[in-house]
Amino acid sequence: MTTATKSLKSRHSEFADSYFQLQVISSTAQNGHAHLQFEKKLEESGLYPLRPQKLEIFQINLGKMCNQVCKHCHVDAGPDRKEIMTRETMEQCLIAIRQSGAHTVDLTGGAPEMNPDFRWFVKEISKLGVEKIIVRCNLTIILANKKYHDLPDFFKEHGIEVVSSLPFYNSTRTDAQRGDGVFEKSIQALKMLNQVGYGAEASGLVLNLVYNPSGAFLPPSQSTLEAEYKKRLESHFGIRFNSLFTITNLPISRFLEYLMETGNYSDYMDKLIQAFNPVAAANVMCRNTISVGWDGYIYDCDFNQMLDLKVNHPLQHIADFGKKDIQDRDIIVNQHCYGCTAGAGSSCGGATA
Amino acid sequence: MKTYYNPEDLKKFSNVGEFEPNLAKKFFDYYGDVFKDGALTAREKSLIALAVAHTVQCPYCIDAYTVDTLEKGCDEAQLMEAVHVAVAIRGGASLVHSVQMMNKVKEVAM
Ligand code: SF4
Ligand code: SF4
Repeated sequence: MTTATKSLKSRHSEFADSYFQLQVISSTAQNGHAHLQFEKKLEESGLYPLRPQKLEIFQINLGKMCNQVCKHCHVDAGPDRKEIMTRETMEQCLIAIRQSGAHTVDLTGGAPEMNPDFRWFVKEISKLGVEKIIVRCNLTIILANKKYHDLPDFFKEHGIEVVSSLPFYNSTRTDAQRGDGVFEKSIQALKMLNQVGYGAEASGLVLNLVYNPSGAFLPPSQSTLEAEYKKRLESHFGIRFNSLFTITNLPISRFLEYLMETGNYSDYMDKLIQAFNPVAAANVMCRNTISVGWDGYIYDCDFNQMLDLKVNHPLQHIADFGKKDIQDRDIIVNQHCYGCTAGAGSSCGGATA
Repeated sequence: MKTYYNPEDLKKFSNVGEFEPNLAKKFFDYYGDVFKDGALTAREKSLIALAVAHTVQCPYCIDAYTVDTLEKGCDEAQLMEAVHVAVAIRGGASLVHSVQMMNKVKEVAM
């Protein structure tokens, strides 16, 4: 993969347009191939319409701003993206989290730490007494500027679970996907996290890594790869972590652009469809998670958020949360959902089946 | 363009049962079992398959096991080392026959 240097939006790419993306993925005939509709697959498994279950995870996207421009990014994040959540919207989120009874708050971006109200928000969430606060930290942000160097201590202080992408245990693959020099900086950042206790069994400070394929193929078995990662990272760099999550790339945004530009799209879709697993379909994350965008709108998941598919519910903004049961709705699905149901399944917490 | 090998044909592999379903079923069942985790891991088996694919020079198998090894978490260096194992055995198999050549030379030459 070549590394993108700018977001789709600032390149004025047609893939920046969610309507265009939806047209591409929902057209059933690509290169003469007919791709079976995801709804039909769900129907065959008795899962259509897809309905939420108990709300457990509140995922909040603090903005599209990021210090990296990863080739596969489904957020189309980057330094040129200025959309970030305001403190007012964060306040609305705090009220909603309390009302929802969700046990986990999952903060993502972009690089969520780049939002100037990030630390304030984390402190306020801590006061709510939720069981778990997750920060999706891209690692390099810790080294990007002096003001971020103390993030490991800040995370520790608030008992944050850190989840970080490391697409491979060597630089070739990692840098191809995330940018030149990212692997080396990520290793340095992981060492800083280890130093304050992250990844050590007894510390209670959880550091989980995320693998996602650097190309048009599916992820390996999560447990096998976790063992391999642990062996390699420990012996080469002395790095420890808790669990590895394997995630499948969904055919949207920059990864969709990559698939189309390299002629891999049709075969990749075939692969996802062929690997459809009804068990993974029953466990898709949108059933127990809701996703809040930087502007406060509510989505079934982070992917639907990037496709501008707001929840199919009368209340679509976090300011109105609680006026009606948000779980009483049909989840909006489309062809990109095949990425969540292939093989062992994929979610923000890794494999699902 | 007509070619002897068409990448699209790989997807039709399972259709070979059309002319003889019983043996095809036995083969695919057996094939599936061979590649399961066993005394060797599925990942090790995939790398062996990639090396053998280069030995039998089957373009379908090379495509299939290049992707399969990646999906088993291997990287480029591991794929290439596997191919070199095949190359070394193939080359070695030729070279070791030179002993026979040398024997013959010594037999017939002064
Ligand atoms: S670090 Fe994450 S949010 Fe930033 S560009 Fe990479 S994938 Fe996107
Ligand atoms: S893409 Fe989103 S809506 Fe579709 S199955 Fe995955 S989590 Fe659910």
